[in-house]
Amino acid sequence: MTAKGELPRWVDIGVIPLLNLLLALVATSVIFLLIRENPIECLAIMLKGAVGSLKGWSYLLYYATNFIFTGLCVAVAFHAGLFNIGGEGQAYFAGLGAAIVGLNLEFLPWPIVIPLAILASILFGAFWGFVPGYLQAKRGSHIVITTIMFNFIASSLMVYLINYWFRPVGKMAVESREVTGAYIMTFREIARQFFDYRLPASPLNLTVFLALIVAWAVWYFLWRTKPGYELRAVGLNSEAAVYAGIKPDRIIMIAMAISGGLAGLVAVNEVLGAQHRLLLEYVQGAGFVGIAVALMGRNHPMGIVLAAMLFGLLYQGGTELSFAKAHINRDMVVVIQGLIILFMGALEQAFRPALTAFFFRPED
Amino acid sequence: MFDIFFSPETLSSTIRMSVPLVLACLAGLWSERSGIVDIGLEGKMLAAAFTAAAAGFYFQSPWLAVLSAIAVSILFSMIHGYASINQRGNQVVSGVAINMLAAGLAVVLGNEWFKEGGRTPPLPAEAKFPVFYMPGFDAIQSIPGIGPYLNIVSGHSVLVYLAFLLVPVTAWALASTRFGLRLRAVGENPHAVDTAGISVSLLRYQAVIIAGLLCGLAGTYLSVALQGSFVRDMSAGRGFMALAALIFANWRAWPALWACLLFGYLQAVGLRMQGVKVANVEIPVQFINMLPYVMTVVLLAGFIGKSIPPRASGIPYTKDR
Repeated sequence: MTAKGELPRWVDIGVIPLLNLLLALVATSVIFLLIRENPIECLAIMLKGAVGSLKGWSYLLYYATNFIFTGLCVAVAFHAGLFNIGGEGQAYFAGLGAAIVGLNLEFLPWPIVIPLAILASILFGAFWGFVPGYLQAKRGSHIVITTIMFNFIASSLMVYLINYWFRPVGKMAVESREVTGAYIMTFREIARQFFDYRLPASPLNLTVFLALIVAWAVWYFLWRTKPGYELRAVGLNSEAAVYAGIKPDRIIMIAMAISGGLAGLVAVNEVLGAQHRLLLEYVQGAGFVGIAVALMGRNHPMGIVLAAMLFGLLYQGGTELSFAKAHINRDMVVVIQGLIILFMGALEQAFRPALTAFFFRPED
Repeated sequence: MFDIFFSPETLSSTIRMSVPLVLACLAGLWSERSGIVDIGLEGKMLAAAFTAAAAGFYFQSPWLAVLSAIAVSILFSMIHGYASINQRGNQVVSGVAINMLAAGLAVVLGNEWFKEGGRTPPLPAEAKFPVFYMPGFDAIQSIPGIGPYLNIVSGHSVLVYLAFLLVPVTAWALASTRFGLRLRAVGENPHAVDTAGISVSLLRYQAVIIAGLLCGLAGTYLSVALQGSFVRDMSAGRGFMALAALIFANWRAWPALWACLLFGYLQAVGLRMQGVKVANVEIPVQFINMLPYVMTVVLLAGFIGKSIPPRASGIPYTKDR
């Protein structure tokens, strides 16, 4: 039995998000009409481009890998009552760790250098999250503003570093040389090398398994460990947490470091797995997508994995759409993302009164 | 290199760089004083900048440009208002959505209409705002030593003077009018305002609309007056800097002006420092670009401490049953 006035669980986590998503799609259709396109045709192109072929699926999962990491990043901070908009910068800065280890410790065998490079990615990302966390906890700086500023700072800093530190002399493209030691193989390479089988070209690599393991680990951490419990307690009511002997300041810093570290794993997927080099702006908005993914996944790792796949579909579909329709550029994906955040985040309660009325009519 | 810090060009540029910050900061002030947190200043400014550039090009008139920009900006405000006031949604989330929506829409629509990858065509002279020269400009300008400094106060677009005029207007309206008093009350204790028989929602909507109007002006200034066209992501974090200035100013109009002038000065110095050498080493342009953001972090971390937001800001109002 559910309490009166409370919707059944399947409505709460199933029907409401679906209705909100539908509303976001309706709004998206309006935008398509505005640029004189048939929305059904466009959405069909997107869907077919993402799930209509093995190549589409592999790109979908490749994007989803990034979004699982950034979604978890936003969710962990959210559980501590913090809004981390800095996933983008944390993921970008983490590339530095991946590249430093990947490029300088090549002489080590791969079973050592790959874990080291992953660890460095986590640590660099964690640092870029920890500093705003520290400033919030100890200096009272507003976390939202600080993390946004850190995005801008990371963006400039990385341009400088990639240009002056990592770019080999004489190379025109602003990027580092190839990371050969900490080389995470793509499925295409594995299939060719070990099974002599040809897969379509795609950056999907083994990091996708890491993403699933990390998603499980975050669930375990948040709901099965003491620090995870403390983190959620601070998020629910930091004053009450104080009376339980929890120090909110400490938790804020820990939560932001973990959050940044999770975003940092994007560097593993991109720098070590997909690109095998440090590129300019390689995060490509994945940090911001994480906000939408976390909202949609209700800040639960299981939901985040599913939402990340949906956004993977959206990204891959959006790319295909921009190929198919010359005058639609990829920023359409940003618009759809904004609409999803609006309808699934800010307006998430829109259907609740009507649904509540529907479910409780007989009793009243 | 030290003449950069006090040269008339830098100081005059400070005024121009401060304008979008001042307008956005005042927008944030109105909104947050009524209890609505507005992370979406950035997006509204960007949407307004795009609309102004597009409408300015289409109508060849700065006045129709600013009116269109304000209309679009208020539309975004109303979305934020509906989400925060009626739906009692998370205001930060709503703001983030508005920022993304604006950034994406400006490029998608711009690309559709002008086919230049999201840019708008440069505006001709007749689509720009008239420039104000103070009386006796020519006579004083010829005086050596003093003349160049005249450009600090004279020779700006009319929007500049409007922006600085709006600071005392806002300060007065919030402090000394009935509307201002009620607005501040609703940001501190909405229950008391409600008990007095005044509509909390209406007041908050009014505040949100004023914020939209001011962001509309800020965006118009960016594209029409400062740049002469729209480029993607041209607001470049100014909306967030304005929010930082607002916190720094402890949610008051006059201190907000000083904070914005400080940020504007940093941006102006940054612009002038490009290519400048210190002890024969050129400062990388990336570090100069970083400066305003680093300073925002430093100022927020180091100087406030006693900054107290309006008590009810960010908390949706629920009438007790």
